[in-house]
Amino acid sequence: MPEISTTSTGPQFGPVFKDAAATAAISFLMFLPLIGFITVQDIRNVLVLDTRWTLLFILVALITAGRLAYTLVLLPRSARRAHRAPAPASPIVAAIGRWFTPFVVGFVIVYPILIMGLVPGGALKWVDNFGIQILIYVMLGLGLNIVVGLAGLLDLGYVAFYAVGAYSYALLAKTFGFSFYMLLPLAGCLAAFWGIILGFPVLRLRGDYLAIVTLAFGEIIRLVLVNWVDLTNGYAGISGIPRPTFFGIPFNANDDGFAAVFGLPFTPIYRTIFLYYLILALVLLTAFVTIRLRRLPVGRAWEALREDEIACRSLGINTTSTKLTAFSIGAMFGGFAGSFFAARQGFISPETFNFLESATIVAIVVLGGMGSQIGVAVAAVAMVGGTEILRELDWLKDIFGQEFDPGQYRMLLFGFAMVIIMVFKPRGLVSTREPSVALTERKMISAGMVKEGHG
Amino acid sequence: MTEPLLSIRGVKASYGHVAALKGVDLDVSEGEIVTLIGANGAGKSTLMMTVFGKPRAHAGQIIYSGEDITRRPTHLIARMRIAQAPEGRRIFARMSVYENLQMGAAVNPDADFEQNLEHVLGLFPRLAQRLHQRGGTLSGGEQQMLAIARALMGKPRLLLLDEPSLGLAPLIAQQIFDIIHELNARDRLTVFLVEQNAYHALKLAHRGYVMVNGLITMAGSGRDLLERPEVKAAYLEGGRH
Ligand SMILES: Nc1ncnc2c1ncn2[C@@H]1O[C@H](COP(=O)(O)OP(=O)(O)OP(=O)(O)O)[C@@H](O)[C@H]1O
Ligand SMILES: [Mg+2]
Repeated sequence: MPEISTTSTGPQFGPVFKDAAATAAISFLMFLPLIGFITVQDIRNVLVLDTRWTLLFILVALITAGRLAYTLVLLPRSARRAHRAPAPASPIVAAIGRWFTPFVVGFVIVYPILIMGLVPGGALKWVDNFGIQILIYVMLGLGLNIVVGLAGLLDLGYVAFYAVGAYSYALLAKTFGFSFYMLLPLAGCLAAFWGIILGFPVLRLRGDYLAIVTLAFGEIIRLVLVNWVDLTNGYAGISGIPRPTFFGIPFNANDDGFAAVFGLPFTPIYRTIFLYYLILALVLLTAFVTIRLRRLPVGRAWEALREDEIACRSLGINTTSTKLTAFSIGAMFGGFAGSFFAARQGFISPETFNFLESATIVAIVVLGGMGSQIGVAVAAVAMVGGTEILRELDWLKDIFGQEFDPGQYRMLLFGFAMVIIMVFKPRGLVSTREPSVALTERKMISAGMVKEGHG
Repeated sequence: MTEPLLSIRGVKASYGHVAALKGVDLDVSEGEIVTLIGANGAGKSTLMMTVFGKPRAHAGQIIYSGEDITRRPTHLIARMRIAQAPEGRRIFARMSVYENLQMGAAVNPDADFEQNLEHVLGLFPRLAQRLHQRGGTLSGGEQQMLAIARALMGKPRLLLLDEPSLGLAPLIAQQIFDIIHELNARDRLTVFLVEQNAYHALKLAHRGYVMVNGLITMAGSGRDLLERPEVKAAYLEGGRH
């Protein structure tokens, strides 16, 4: 990308237009095969090549205009901002920073009640698709955040642990009839065990090599699930997985069901709300455990490991066990999420646990800012909530015609949003790292009392 | 004389097929400052890292405080109160100065953190001002100070320093040497120092070694080495006095 010099009076127009022309040319070449040409079936069912020049032109014009706006307006502004001394944070910003997390936690706790009040008819969808679905990804994001965000081990096969958790629950619950609450920790342990199994061979790998091997590991697990038909039922998947009960009381229309016991009319919403609070509790547990771990030596060791392995070793940190704990604890949370997923769906198949899923979780962690828990939550809402919202955009059909399905543009928008965020916030949404120790008043003073040597 | 604190006997180490150390003998006694000088690529940093087990010596012995540590894992060696400020500083860039110091203290659970912190910040007052600044945003010289301070947080008996004056302004470099001298004279800290700044480092040292191509070629008291014509010619060129 050509550097655009900005003088104090503003950008020079020659290079700016050259840049815009280059953008137009590149986007034209890129979209020509993607958008410009289309194959359609004519009356005799023969594929013929058709062209869409107008659409292509609109797209190229939009992209060029965007690039122009970026170089003319945003770039000089950010250059100016870089020159300016950082303004002291205003009290309002500081207050937002302090109250944001409690506000979010409070909001997600009252969310189902709020939804029930606002849209009584559509509550099921809002709690399920926008609540539980997002929270599962928050949970997965928080788990992977330990491995990728804190310990800096790029794991592209995280979905394997999700799968281990889901299949452990499904198989054990169906075969032995154990309850969800018993199997949840067991599934977590099994996933953690697989985390260690993966950890051993990759101990000496870093960066891209580690990414490749973990990617392969994720695929191996999926292929085993597909091919070990006797155990997993292959592509057909496992159905009829027992659903979680309200501490022993099932959610059904029977006389001993939840509704009957509490004297309520039967509706499926109770189960959904219960599942919502179940996954919310798991998410909060994960967040809380991570916060605690960061303050413990092992959490500090993870963060140190991410920065400099050699320095870690010379400071007495056992890098082997540090990596293995990161893998296994991260995997354990993935396993929790997996068994919750199986219990919620009642049906699982290997196709759920594909690479795209791993990529989504990694994207959530990276977008969230590698290590920031609130960032992970925000990114999960944006990515998962965003794709759910696409399904809702029926009015787009009025513009683009009846066969237009916004859901099909999911990946395109995904990538687009990713590029935008990475351009403007290259270190993720929440890039500031919370120090794991807030200096207490006493320590600050004792440090401040030390004689200051000027020189 | 009593047993030296660190005794390196016939140590050989290599990177793949490249032999970096070809049989090194070197002693560091309790309470001494020992300086190792040598040209670029002589193997000085390699020797320092071999003491920490990476790369591992494939021949010879390394004895520390009466124990053979030649085959010990690095993190266990670090817990024997040997601290290292390795080449290239290697501070934790995303952590604050305070957290870096905490990481340094973690090797030695017996050490009194508050007291050590006070002591170390007294030596490096610049760090006291920057306690919650991120390590990566410190200046090069401040990062070097932090690397040494972090190594001191575990209350080591033996401190290994690899080119502590690298990239520092002459005045700051002099301060660092003064601090090393003070730590040795007052706290009886044993120091093994690798330096390019041969004049200052040898003046400071009780004893010195010269390394050429993975072998020790000269040894003697610091003053003695400074006087030798070979040392003068090869390492004191330009008369840095
Ligand atoms: N990781 C490595 N892999 C391969 N060869 C290495 C490695 N590290 C060092 N070497 C080689 O080993 C030899 C000794 O290197 P070393 O870093 O010990 O030199 P040094 O004396 O510390 O030099 P300087 O004064 O420049 O720091 C050099 O020839 C170097 O190229
Ligand atoms: Mg060196």
